[in-house]
Amino acid sequence: MISSHLPVLQVVVPLLAAPLCVLLKRPAVLWAFSLIVSILSAVMAYLLLQQTADGNIISYAMGGWAAPWGIEYRVDTLNAYVLLIVASISSLVLLGGRKSIEKEIETARLSHFYTAYLLCFAGLLGITITGDAFNVFVFLEISSIASYALISLGRDRRALTAAYQYLIMGTIGATFILIGIGMMYMVTGTLNMHDLAQRLPEVSNSRTLMTSFAFLFVGVSLKLALFPLHLWLPNAYTYAPSIVSAFLAGTATKVAVYVLMRFIFTVYGIEYAFTALPLSAILMLLAIAAIMLASMSAVYEDNIKRLFAYSSVAQLGYMVLGISFLSVAGLTSSLLHLFNHALMKAALFMALACVMYQQGNVLMGNIKGLGKRMPWTFGAIVIGGLSLVGVPLTVGFISKWYLILAAIEAGHMLLVAIVLVGSLIALVYVWKLVEQGYFQEGDEKITKQEAPMSLLLGTWFLVLANIYFGIDTSLTVGVAESTAQQLLGVSP
Amino acid sequence: MSTFLELYNYWIFIFLMMTGFYIVIAQGNLIKKVIGLNIFQTSVFLLYISMGKVANGTAPILIEGGAPYSNPLPHVLILTAIVVGVSTTAVAMALIVRIQEAYGTIEEQDIHEQDASL
Repeated sequence: MISSHLPVLQVVVPLLAAPLCVLLKRPAVLWAFSLIVSILSAVMAYLLLQQTADGNIISYAMGGWAAPWGIEYRVDTLNAYVLLIVASISSLVLLGGRKSIEKEIETARLSHFYTAYLLCFAGLLGITITGDAFNVFVFLEISSIASYALISLGRDRRALTAAYQYLIMGTIGATFILIGIGMMYMVTGTLNMHDLAQRLPEVSNSRTLMTSFAFLFVGVSLKLALFPLHLWLPNAYTYAPSIVSAFLAGTATKVAVYVLMRFIFTVYGIEYAFTALPLSAILMLLAIAAIMLASMSAVYEDNIKRLFAYSSVAQLGYMVLGISFLSVAGLTSSLLHLFNHALMKAALFMALACVMYQQGNVLMGNIKGLGKRMPWTFGAIVIGGLSLVGVPLTVGFISKWYLILAAIEAGHMLLVAIVLVGSLIALVYVWKLVEQGYFQEGDEKITKQEAPMSLLLGTWFLVLANIYFGIDTSLTVGVAESTAQQLLGVSP
Repeated sequence: MSTFLELYNYWIFIFLMMTGFYIVIAQGNLIKKVIGLNIFQTSVFLLYISMGKVANGTAPILIEGGAPYSNPLPHVLILTAIVVGVSTTAVAMALIVRIQEAYGTIEEQDIHEQDASL
C-alpha cells in the first residue's frame, strides 16, 4: 500500500517535516528529527532504485490526475540514482554535523536552520523526481531560496554578500529556465516531459523551440556553475556554515547536472539537442576551460574552503566533458563522477568542518602542523584529496578511468592529456595542503587537539565510502552503465 | 509591418526583459538590483499571459453555448511564478537589511572596498 506511494512520499515527508522544525526548540530534538527524516528519505530512494534497477519506470499521478494533464512523478533508474545520492549525502552530513551546526549557528536560529535545510533537501528531491517541466522550476526555486537563507547563516559577514550574489545569479538562471519552459509550452501545449518528448519532433523546425533550448541551457548552466557561469559558487561555499558547504557541494550542483541530462536526453532528445546547437563542441570547450582555469585558481587559493570550491567547478567540468562525448562510455563516466564527486566533496568539506570547529578558520597559514594536532581530521583531508587527484583505490580513480576510456573511444587523445593535466594540477594543490599539514612546524601556542568524536565519525564514514566504492564498483558502475544506456536509447 | 504591430505584447516582453536585465548588471545599489530583477521576472509573466490569449476569448467559465475562452493554464502557472518572485524579493530584502547592518552601506562598490581592506 505504502510502497505504491513512495514517489510522492519521497518529497512530501521532508516538505512537511520542514515547517514542523519551527515548533521544536531543543537542539538535540531538532537534530534527531531532521536526521530521521533524512534517513527515511534515503531508505525510500533506495527502495525506488531497487524497483527501477531493471529498467522499470514508475509513473505516479499526483492527486489521481492522469498525465499529461496532472503532474506526473516519473521515476526511472536515473532519478532513483540521483535521489539516492542526495538523500544519503544529506543523511551522512547530518549524522556527523550536529556539533558543528550548534557551534556555528546561534541556538535561537537553530530551528530556522533545520527548517531551511529540510526545505532545500525537499526541493532537491522534488527537482529530481518530477516528470513535469514546470514543476522542475517550482522545486528549483524552493531549494534555491532555502539555500540562500542557509548560506547567509555563515558567521562571516561576507556570507551575506555571497548569499545575495547567489540570489541574483540564481534567480536570473531560474527565470531563464522559466522562459525556456514557457516557449516549449508555446509550441507544444504540454508541460509533461514524456509528452514533450513525443511532441517536440513535430515542431523541430520552429525557431521558438531553438530559443527555448538556448534559454534552458544557459539557465541550467548557471545553476550547475558551468564555467564561466560559476562566479557565485566559490564565495557561497566559502562563507556558508561548514555543514551547509558539505551538503550543497555534495548535492545541489549534482542535481543541476541531472536536470541538464534530463532535458538534453529525455525531453529534447539527442538528435535535436546536438544538431540544433553545436552542443557537443560548446560543452567540450567549456568543460576544458573549467578543468584548466578553475584548477589553476584553486592552486593559488589561500582559503582552503575556497580552494575546494574552485576544485568543485573543475570537477563539474569532468562531468560535462563526459556528457559532451555523447556515448554510453562518456555518460557512464559522468554519472559515476556524479556519485563519486559527491562522496569526495562531502568528505572534504566535513573534514574542513572539523578544522573550523577547532580553529575557527581554514586558512592555509593556520593549518601548519595540523597533521600532528588533528591526525584523524588531516588524514581524512589527505585521503579525500587523493581521491580528487584520482589515485587508485579511491573513487576518484574510477571516474577518471572511465572518463579517459570514453575519451579514447571517441578518439580525442588531446582530451586524455587534458584530463591528466587536470589531475596533475589537483595533485599540486593537494600537495600544498600535505606540505603545510605534515612538514611545517605548527604554532606552539595552538594547543587545540582533535575534533569531537561525532564529527570525525561522520567524516570518516564518508572517507571510507570513498575507498569502498573505489574498490567495489559493482553497484555504481552497474547503475551508471544501465542508466547511460537508457538515456541514449541503446539496448544493453 | 502588421505582424510587427500585432505582436506588440511580445515586443514589450523583450523590452522589459532587457531593461530589467540591464538594471541588474549596471546598477551598484543592491535595492535597485532587486528592482531590476523584479522587472525581469515580471516580463516573463507577460510572455506567459500573452501566449494564453485566444482571439475574442472570454474568461474560462463554462456557459451555455460554449463561447471561446482563453487558455487558463498559463495564468495558473504565472500565479505560482508570482509567488516565487515575491518570496525571492522578500529574501533579497532581508539579506539587504542584514548587509546594511553589517557593512553600513548597500552600495556594491563600498562593500567590495570594505572586504578588500581586510
